[in-house]
Amino acid sequence: MSALPAVPPPSRAGLVSARLALRWLIAGEWRAHPARFLLTAVAIAVGVALGFAVHLVNGSALASFEGAVRSVNGAADLQVRAASSLGFDEALYPDVARAAGVSDASPVVVLDARADGAEFTLLGLDVIRAARVSPSLVGLNSSGPDRSRDSIFSAETLFLSRAALAATGRAVGDTLEVSANGRTVPLRIAGILDGVGEGQAIGTMDIAAAQWRFDRLGRLDRIDLALADRRAAENALTPLLPPGATLSSEDSEATRGANLSRAYRINLTMLALVALLTGGFLVFSAQSLSVARRLRAFALVRTLGLPRRGIVAAVALEGLLIGVVGGVVGLLAGWSLATLALRWFGGDLGAGYFSGAATKVVVSPLAALGFFGLGLLSALLGSVLPARAASRAAPAAALKTSGDMADPRKPVPWKPAAALLALGTLASFLPALNGVPVFGYAGMALLLAGGVAGVPWLARRLLGPLASARIRRPAALLAVRHVHGAPGEAATALCGIVASTALMIAMATMVTSFRVAVDDWLAQVLVADVYVRAEGAGGIDPEAQASLAAVPGIARVEFSRQLPLSLAPDRPPVTLLARPIDPAREGGLLVLVEGPAEVPAGTTPVWISEPAARLYDWSPGTEIALPLGENARFAVAGVWRDYARQSGAVMLDEADYARITGDATRDEAAVTLAPGADAGAVSAALLAAAPPGSTVARPAELRAFALDLFDRSFSVTYVLEAVAILVGLAGVAATMSAQTVARVREFGMLRHLGLEKRTITAMLGLEGAILGGVGGVAGVALGAVLAQVLIHVINPQSFNWTMDTRWPIGTILAVVAALVMAAALTAMVAARRATAPQAVAAVREDW
Amino acid sequence: MRFLISLLLLIALALPAGAQERVAYPAVEPGRVFAFPADHGAHSDFRTEWWYVTGWLKAPDGRDLGFQVTFFRSRPETDEANPSRFAPGQILFAHAGLSDPETGRLLHGERAARAGFGLAEASTMDADVVLQDWTFKRRPDGTFETRVETPDFAFDFAFAPTQGEFLQGENGYSRKGPKPEEASHYYSLPHLQVSGTLTRGGEAQPVTGEAWLDREWSSSYLAPDAAGWDWTGLNLDDGGALMAFRIRGKNGGTLWAGGSLRRPDGEIVRFAHEDVSLEPVRTWRSPDTNAEYPVEQLLTVRLPEGERRFPIVPLFDAQELDGRSGGLPVYWEGAVRTEGGRGYLELTGYVDPLEM
Repeated sequence: MSALPAVPPPSRAGLVSARLALRWLIAGEWRAHPARFLLTAVAIAVGVALGFAVHLVNGSALASFEGAVRSVNGAADLQVRAASSLGFDEALYPDVARAAGVSDASPVVVLDARADGAEFTLLGLDVIRAARVSPSLVGLNSSGPDRSRDSIFSAETLFLSRAALAATGRAVGDTLEVSANGRTVPLRIAGILDGVGEGQAIGTMDIAAAQWRFDRLGRLDRIDLALADRRAAENALTPLLPPGATLSSEDSEATRGANLSRAYRINLTMLALVALLTGGFLVFSAQSLSVARRLRAFALVRTLGLPRRGIVAAVALEGLLIGVVGGVVGLLAGWSLATLALRWFGGDLGAGYFSGAATKVVVSPLAALGFFGLGLLSALLGSVLPARAASRAAPAAALKTSGDMADPRKPVPWKPAAALLALGTLASFLPALNGVPVFGYAGMALLLAGGVAGVPWLARRLLGPLASARIRRPAALLAVRHVHGAPGEAATALCGIVASTALMIAMATMVTSFRVAVDDWLAQVLVADVYVRAEGAGGIDPEAQASLAAVPGIARVEFSRQLPLSLAPDRPPVTLLARPIDPAREGGLLVLVEGPAEVPAGTTPVWISEPAARLYDWSPGTEIALPLGENARFAVAGVWRDYARQSGAVMLDEADYARITGDATRDEAAVTLAPGADAGAVSAALLAAAPPGSTVARPAELRAFALDLFDRSFSVTYVLEAVAILVGLAGVAATMSAQTVARVREFGMLRHLGLEKRTITAMLGLEGAILGGVGGVAGVALGAVLAQVLIHVINPQSFNWTMDTRWPIGTILAVVAALVMAAALTAMVAARRATAPQAVAAVREDW
Repeated sequence: MRFLISLLLLIALALPAGAQERVAYPAVEPGRVFAFPADHGAHSDFRTEWWYVTGWLKAPDGRDLGFQVTFFRSRPETDEANPSRFAPGQILFAHAGLSDPETGRLLHGERAARAGFGLAEASTMDADVVLQDWTFKRRPDGTFETRVETPDFAFDFAFAPTQGEFLQGENGYSRKGPKPEEASHYYSLPHLQVSGTLTRGGEAQPVTGEAWLDREWSSSYLAPDAAGWDWTGLNLDDGGALMAFRIRGKNGGTLWAGGSLRRPDGEIVRFAHEDVSLEPVRTWRSPDTNAEYPVEQLLTVRLPEGERRFPIVPLFDAQELDGRSGGLPVYWEGAVRTEGGRGYLELTGYVDPLEM
């Protein structure tokens, strides 16, 4: 082998003819196996499509959220906003209006209103101020002393945006029964808000009427500002604001919207990239086999004078073509997918982050280019890597032998794989960067790469005992020996399998653990027998509380209040929960993960949820600032487990809440039945006693509802995961059939040696099963490691909650079984084709 | 018949929903005795009221400029039971305009707000109107002062009365239409001596001049078929003061007319409906609103000694004030000259008919 003559330097004519030969070779390959090329292109297309679609949906959802923010704000320069829906004292308004740097100030009452089944944001405005600060919110401006415009000051006048008007199905001039804050008031639609963005459901009315009719006297939710000097205004306003109000700009609100769903969006993007990565693996395995099969041909053109680089370039050209076709198809498919997803799931893909926002696909050329580039890159890399390996082979040796270049007796290197795995593990232990688990994802990628790199070594280890075992049946013997003896081939086939199985197992484990954790938590939390909720009905006032408590058959009733509370203008609000708290009592929402802790004297104890603790870096026993009350001080008494409020929640005792805020309205009642009471009858009585619009639910229904919500928010995750698996399985199928076809001459020889067709088919099926089995085992092992990273690194860092691992044994077994079956079946199908008589004839001719 | 009934029903249902919130406005009646300084202040029960100053200025470089500053008070028809501090019981508007022939167009600015929170208030004790940063008030020494600021100019003027209150109509009861309640309480203070600073482009200049204050309040200013009015107030060089107006009907004709002349010796000649005529001599079409204004008119009044003609010529044509973006109407308010006097001409209701 070593005494080979050196390849002569290529002459000009030789080079040209070599190129011709190469072109002929490639074209022949494409003509002979169009399906294989198509499949690899599809794999790339799927990856690009998923990535692009997820990106488009995310971008569109954010754009629509920003549009909604802009519409409701009417393009005010800056706003003073209430930290919670309790609003702030209107006495702040003149001070803000007179503050330095403020050129005009428009006070606003914000209400969530419903009318005729339509939901819209109802803004109570002073039309004269709004005309100067947020003109897009003004339906009709005043006209000085001219009395024809008196209607704008009427308590009955309502202006609706086109979307809101369409949703009510009414026309201008109609009178509409509008409900908000527990009151229902007839309002006359006086006109349309033409300045409000398309699709935004907004209504406006006079601020005084809104305060009066909807029970908001003395309170404001917002003061919109037009500024003469932003810096001066910010400096002047900050000391003016009471704890219940914050300064906020459109930017900070958009950031708040982006923050709300960022972790979820990053997760989806990562999943889409996984699909692209799997596509890249598929190209890699397909191309390495194709290269291996054409080694002799390549060697031939090299002896004809083509330089080493020429082969790499030729295969790279194939990859480029695959990448371009896959990329273009992927972009188109991604766009269609995004359009469909927005129509079916909405902008948040069913996760409930941006409810009610009508969304249009917003295409960014840069992102399209980016995903196209990623697709191209994975196709190119998948082609160049095997081509480089092939080009290193000495042409003379390659001319004689075909197939695996690796020597089966040489030990398989394990150090690179071990190094990658170690690096990945280390990265996983690093903290989140700017709220994004960058290192977590990097760790997962490294672990994945290490796992895949370690496959040949693992295959040798697993098959070693088998290979040395005495196997009687020729099919099994041949199969084991072949797989053991050609680790390189096995490895390429296994790459895609291992990668996709590992990711699938990791995701499935994470979702299962999460679901079980949520289910257990719900069981702990929902301890009452019946729940009465009056969220949409404007709350349960003290009178209604009394009548609910008087319903017969009740042992105990606890009222609670839930409010969104803004702690930082650029972060989504936390949920403030006020309910009777008895730290000694078991159950309820108070499943403590930390605490209880002693709170400093003079402070009101609050119990914070796990996400709140992580987001705001609060710990038990420390004092925290909450925009509640005038001079109230708060300290953390404990941290409780919560999977319901990703943005965090703060709980305090109902009595403390009432003392600090003076708010006597509650929106939920948890009812414990008296022994022997009929749940159905009591529920009916409770519903009758509750304010109209309330709902009554039993724990079982709430649990079902919560789990349904959970499944819906993971629906896209499931879909992406399934696609990644399908691409992986397609990779297995393509690899197996390609390998089989490549070994046609070997089968011909085996036939000549007297093996039956059946035996060859069985041998190939067994080979496939062995590969599937090895890939499955390796994938499950790697997936288990990745699942730990997902559960203990990605999840806490993204969503700020923790959970215990639950293994989805059923899913794991099913995946491994599916892999083995798919590999075996495709191998057998390919074998039938390869052992057809004309194939044997072809082999003989060649031999 | 059935059709007719349903039609009637439809009309009845289409009546404005605000019908049930009728506000009881006091009517303007003759015989009211004016009491100052309280009558310089607001008359909050009435529907509409204004403090209206127009005048001519002399800049240090000797150029003539016109200015106007007006504060309106309006009491819209709203539900008075509303306890909200934002209840729109009283709305204040203000306009300021500056006519400089060199600019060639009227510079103006405006303010508007519902009364309340100390940000916009009109006192009933004396002239004292605050509308955000704009003010109009009377000092204890009887001098009025005003301060306004717009993107194009700002001024801070004092108006010192040189003559007593000039009660218009029948001792301050000025009829505006054929019905007796279509009237206003109306007095003027002509020949006010102006002093103060005018700021343009960040540069403050001392100015002097002569102005005219009009004070009117009413609950039913215009008849239903009236579209607007032409009004002029002229400070005559001999110390006399002439006010004349005509209410135009929606059909273009004159619905009502009136005015009066106070001679230098203080004697007042009141003009009946038929004693006044304002005839267009030349019109100017606004390029912005396409409204056609009779900016040059011939005022003829019948005096005991015979008819007297006052040809009214504007300082320049483009003195239209479009306040719609600021929540105010469009009108033409321009400095004018006449033979033996100077003053202001006001033309309203040329874009859309007014309802007041």
